[in-house]
Amino acid sequence: MGKPIKIRAKLKGDIAEVKALLPHNMESGMRRDPDSGELVAAHYITDVTVEHNGEQVMVAYWGTAVSKNPYVAFSIKGAASGDVIRISWIDNMSDSSETEITLK
Amino acid sequence: MNIDRRNMLRSLLAVAVTLAFPRILFAARADKAFEATTADEAIAELLGAVPTESDKVHMKIPDIAENGAVVPVTVSTDLEDVESISVVVDNNPTPLAASFAMSPKMVPVVSVRIKMGQSSNVRAIVKAGGNLYSTSKEVKVTIGGCGG
Repeated sequence: MGKPIKIRAKLKGDIAEVKALLPHNMESGMRRDPDSGELVAAHYITDVTVEHNGEQVMVAYWGTAVSKNPYVAFSIKGAASGDVIRISWIDNMSDSSETEITLK
Repeated sequence: MNIDRRNMLRSLLAVAVTLAFPRILFAARADKAFEATTADEAIAELLGAVPTESDKVHMKIPDIAENGAVVPVTVSTDLEDVESISVVVDNNPTPLAASFAMSPKMVPVVSVRIKMGQSSNVRAIVKAGGNLYSTSKEVKVTIGGCGG
């Protein structure tokens, strides 16, 4: 199970502005371990799903060029206090994590 | 077990299965696009056509990235019916960095941080109303970010 996602969401009218930080090493598979000289295996988030009140509103597909501890920001229309935003991810080694937040 | 009870259980199972799996709204991850080694191949694999340059696609990205491992990029657009926003780094080993499939409930803006191995042209491609629109910018990188 991956590390927990940090989500911050602000409601501006009926738009939920969401910022999320997904702790993850995001190894591209191109980096060499400084001690052993061996290539560190690729280990990176491939899919991120965002749900608003249980409905999928966005799916992000990532490659090896998304930075370590990915930060992502997006906005959802038609949001209201009490709504639930859920973010989940899965990586190329089938690790995953998910977190949800309720809009205030 | 009589026929009625069996049919009822079968119906309940069907309902349970439907509720257990969320409706899949978006196409699956285009793995081949992420493996492509040129920007044109990646875009062709992911989106199936060549985008037209458009001043309705906006990309905010530094002119000079001090640290190629963390380059912030924000893509937004004035276009309507946006289906996806994708970011391509021409000189990266595998140019397709990220693609965001969006439902109509999303405001067509997204921010993400990407790795750039070296100075490169960076493209943002928006799929809207079935068509592809793009903008691009040359980004200078002082310390490359793909190897760490």
